[in-house]
Amino acid sequence: MRGVLIDGAAVASPAAPAAGESAPFDPDLPWQRARSVALRPEPFGALVYHFGNRKLSFLKSKLLVSVVESLADHPSATATLVACGVPEAQRGAYVKALADLVRSQMIEARAPLPPTARRLPAGPCSGAGLEEL
Amino acid sequence: MTAVLPTRPERPVGGRLIDQFEYGLDAPICLTWELTYACNLACVHCLSSSGRRDPRELSTAEAEGVIDELQRMQVFYVNVGGGEPTVRPDFWHLLDYAIGHDVGVKFSTNGIKLTKARAEQLARTDYVDVQISLDGATAEVNDAVRGTGSFATATRALANLAEAGMKDTKVSVVVTRENAGQLDAFKALTDSYGAQLRLTRFRPSGRGADVWDQLHPTMAQQKDLYQWLLANGENVLTGDSFFHLSAFGEALPGLNLCGAGRVVCLIDPVGDVYACPFAIHEEFLAGNVRSPGGFQRVWQTSELFADLRSPQTGGACTKCAHFDACRGGCMAAKFFTGLPLDGPDPECVQGYGETALAARDASTVTPRSHLDHSHTGPVRGQPTMLGMPGIPVKICDESPLAGADLR
Repeated sequence: MRGVLIDGAAVASPAAPAAGESAPFDPDLPWQRARSVALRPEPFGALVYHFGNRKLSFLKSKLLVSVVESLADHPSATATLVACGVPEAQRGAYVKALADLVRSQMIEARAPLPPTARRLPAGPCSGAGLEEL
Repeated sequence: MTAVLPTRPERPVGGRLIDQFEYGLDAPICLTWELTYACNLACVHCLSSSGRRDPRELSTAEAEGVIDELQRMQVFYVNVGGGEPTVRPDFWHLLDYAIGHDVGVKFSTNGIKLTKARAEQLARTDYVDVQISLDGATAEVNDAVRGTGSFATATRALANLAEAGMKDTKVSVVVTRENAGQLDAFKALTDSYGAQLRLTRFRPSGRGADVWDQLHPTMAQQKDLYQWLLANGENVLTGDSFFHLSAFGEALPGLNLCGAGRVVCLIDPVGDVYACPFAIHEEFLAGNVRSPGGFQRVWQTSELFADLRSPQTGGACTKCAHFDACRGGCMAAKFFTGLPLDGPDPECVQGYGETALAARDASTVTPRSHLDHSHTGPVRGQPTMLGMPGIPVKICDESPLAGADLR
């Protein structure tokens, strides 16, 4: 996996079995960073590590890092992109990047929360902030 | 007088990952941690000149402190080695401690301690990888460099691991002139244990410098190796160590870049932090984990690492058409053969290395490490490659005079 926003398997992980079958990516459903995945901030974005399949991947945009981290705070991936201020022209690339991350099991489907029970925490993507973090 | 600070190039925004890696990461992707200089073997090409334990080696509590720090820094796995790491009495404790702190472990061993019981224990443990070192696909080739009986020890460990159901065991081979013709045999041997083959490059580090002229692959062997890796690369690990071969043409899979001090480093048994496992020399010593601020401060603030974290802009190699493929090759290989760090790798596949080696003048003194933990007395099963008489595995096996030099 190699793209504008993500670079995966650039460095051999000690054991990286092939990702299993996973659901196709629908940006209108709720998603979250997989529970067995850690994001480590780096100057260019983040290193993504999956403790289960031991795959390593790299997010090459800080905005994408914010998107992945705040997926869980929004009702859908599309809503997350809007909240994070991803420019309209780049949304397609971001949707593709998220689909790649689903394929490599870095993000996973989330059961929708009842709309009244939620309060969005103040975070990088909570306001209308358009600045790239 | 105004002090002028040297300016370092600024990290670009976006672009290729390899260009980002040149500027270093906030923490290593993985690092090598040698737990002890003690080893039961005396391999002729040992990269760390191991043999005897160093009295200053990190205590159990200090080693746990390093693991705590790696967890905080989100270093998700370490390559543990030595010496022979499993001869440390607290090895199994430290293994569990690391795994319990989200630091996965891949450890390299000659197999001496991998009994059936240990193999079963490892097979039950998630997040651990075992790598058995083997430098010949036959006992004859292996034992000449690693010592009599070491092939049997390694294959016994492999059999124990396979029998216990251990997954993804690695067989780690340093490619030399003696075994470069055995690549298919290594693959077959590895497959027979359900294991995965890992090939790495032989560097003139540690005792490797003493035998480099005799053991480093010939140019023809390098070419064959390159073709073999292109054909088999999907299923063979290399630690991305053969990136200098990419200058033959098509790039090999993986990171084609020297990661020293940028994305990898070495913590040695006494806690010293070097730019890379093949660079145990004061020139590449960045600090010690025992100093205030620990490993994190060394990684993030050492002047040496800051110097390494910029792209190479000068030197003969930057003018070469293949520079983008090999990036000048291996820093340690150049250093320990007395070549300039901004010049060609001694095994440069375009032939510039041979020219550079030939051009060294007679007064060139190749650098030696300040450390040598080699055994000082005879070692059981001592390798015979250097033409020394072997010490029998058990000195009185045949007759009380077996192995004695009676001349």
